[in-house]
Amino acid sequence: MKKIFAYSDGLTRKPTHYCPGCTHGVIHRLVGETLMELGLRERTVGVAPVGCSVLAYEYFNCDMFEASHGRAPAVATGAKRTRPNLCVFTYQGDGDLASIGMAEIVHAANRGEKFTSIFVNNAIYGMTGGQMAPTTMPNQRATTCPAGRDVNDAGYPIKVAELLATLTTPAFVARVSVHSPQETVKAKQVLRQAFEYQAEGRCYTFVEFLSTCPTNWGLSPRESDSWLEQEMLPYYSLGIKKRPEDFEGGPKWK
Amino acid sequence: MTKVLMKGNEAIGEAAIRAGCLHFFGYPITPQSEVPEYLSKRLPEVGGQYVQAESEVAASNMIYGAAGVGMRVLTTSSSPGISLMAEALSYIACCELPVVVVNIMRCGPGLGGILPSQSDYFQATKGTAHGDFDIIVLAPSSVQEAVDLTIISFELAEKYRNPVMVIGDGMIGQMMEPVSFPDKEIGPPLDPGDWGLTGCKDRPRRIVNSLYLDPDLLYQQNIKLKEKFELIKQNELRFELYNCDEPYDLLLVGFGMMARICKTAIDQLKAEGLNVGLFRPITVNPFPYEACAEAIGRSKSVISVEMNMGQMIEDVRLANVEGKPVDFFGKTGGLIPAVEEVQDKVRESLAAMKK
Ligand SMILES: Cc1ncc(C[n+]2csc(CCOP(=O)(O)OP(=O)(O)O)c2C)c(N)n1
Ligand code: SF4
Repeated sequence: MKKIFAYSDGLTRKPTHYCPGCTHGVIHRLVGETLMELGLRERTVGVAPVGCSVLAYEYFNCDMFEASHGRAPAVATGAKRTRPNLCVFTYQGDGDLASIGMAEIVHAANRGEKFTSIFVNNAIYGMTGGQMAPTTMPNQRATTCPAGRDVNDAGYPIKVAELLATLTTPAFVARVSVHSPQETVKAKQVLRQAFEYQAEGRCYTFVEFLSTCPTNWGLSPRESDSWLEQEMLPYYSLGIKKRPEDFEGGPKWK
Repeated sequence: MTKVLMKGNEAIGEAAIRAGCLHFFGYPITPQSEVPEYLSKRLPEVGGQYVQAESEVAASNMIYGAAGVGMRVLTTSSSPGISLMAEALSYIACCELPVVVVNIMRCGPGLGGILPSQSDYFQATKGTAHGDFDIIVLAPSSVQEAVDLTIISFELAEKYRNPVMVIGDGMIGQMMEPVSFPDKEIGPPLDPGDWGLTGCKDRPRRIVNSLYLDPDLLYQQNIKLKEKFELIKQNELRFELYNCDEPYDLLLVGFGMMARICKTAIDQLKAEGLNVGLFRPITVNPFPYEACAEAIGRSKSVISVEMNMGQMIEDVRLANVEGKPVDFFGKTGGLIPAVEEVQDKVRESLAAMKK
């Protein structure tokens, strides 16, 4: 019999603690598969965040750090700068990366650190029980904005991919989604491209994943996929926002 | 060994290189900025790398990353910056990684001022950050000693896999003194042993982590850290006794540059026929309680002399097992107690004893 589906050796066999229907698990799998396909696993060091994926160090089948809340890009900088032959990635939620860790991500990107950030945007703080995130949608309810996010009070959700794409430093910046099999297949290609750029020592690479949190959105897994498609996609447009090639012929300084 | 005239901050940077540290992550702050400035020039010359972090929060997490992959690493800062490094130090201590941090202390609290102080004694020795852990803290009192202790710091950090902090006041960082360095140009690289994250080729994967959701396991880690520090207490206490060979009625206790001022005061008092001893802890954490107790035991009373509002005095009191009178003399805010002021305090104290 031909084997058509199997565990990825990029992940450990430990069952994850993610809620049913949560797409953190899908994104883990894409990362694990990519590390295997590119032959990177044995020289990879991942950095787990604080958030629902805090235990990611138990799931990725490579050397792993657990960082403090928001600081994964700084930890990755320390690792990659001192051992440049390693493949280094951070895996971070939206509270971790876009709130408490905003300084670290912007400056890592701006220095052109040669690692990959996997940014899981689920528009909420999952781990702490559904509080408002910097990425929470306008009028979306959360436990700290029970009447829905008031943009006059909390501002508009931050589009991190677009924000990082404004930096002059060459980088690969993209936003993908995993709410449907089609998009998941595309997301994998983009992720692969990011790790390839890293392996070439080319540039900083950033992939934002739109992800679901059925538990704190108060929706079933299927409803969550639809909500992501209807509410998040129009605001968080998918696609590659910046490529290192864009820089060629760009500003040059003496 | 030839001597060169060097500013304390630059000498600390050079000492790190001689110890084999080729990686520095830091952020400018007076009065330590000459360390990053010096290393940004020197490290590329020796095949190392300087990275200017966006903040001390980031710098300290960068050293966590570098130490975690088994590389020897340094960061330096001054008081407000060290407050921002607290978070990472707690993580690094729990993960048992070797890092060296230098605090060239300025006066506080708040933004305080840029002048020298010893106001971060409590922060360094007692409450560096959240959770149960200790860091080794060394206090040099000359530029040469800053060099020597910086080199020793790397040895200690690696021997115990624990953060080590060198605390110098702004004076040590800024003044120039003749120093000599070990002849050996650059020390050998750190061995990432069975813990560094170097990629899991031909071995099981490794994890650098401080999360323990199981209370029994976290408690075991707490005990492990405690036992390690007990070992450090047994093996690594350093101190200096000055003018303690002849009988003395009064003992001064001072660390860092303050001890040097005390020494000058003691030398001059000797000419007046007043014999005063000095106990200078070099490891301020762990504090050499027994040696201090012994020195206090031979005195009638003791004065803790500090460039702060009275912090080390609490350790002096703990060492004062015989219940001798303990007094404090010090100043801060950027004011430095003068030799004459120390002498006046000593004379006043000795006169009061006679009454
Ligand atoms: C310094 C600090 N502040 C706050 C927290 C509490 N905390 C843990 S996870 C989290 C939010 C995580 O949300 P996100 O990054 O969106 O990840 P998700 O759980 O949604 O995957 C917060 C605020 C912490 N652990 N450390
Ligand atoms: S709380 Fe949300 S993000 Fe966290 S595991 Fe559950 S569904 Fe996923």
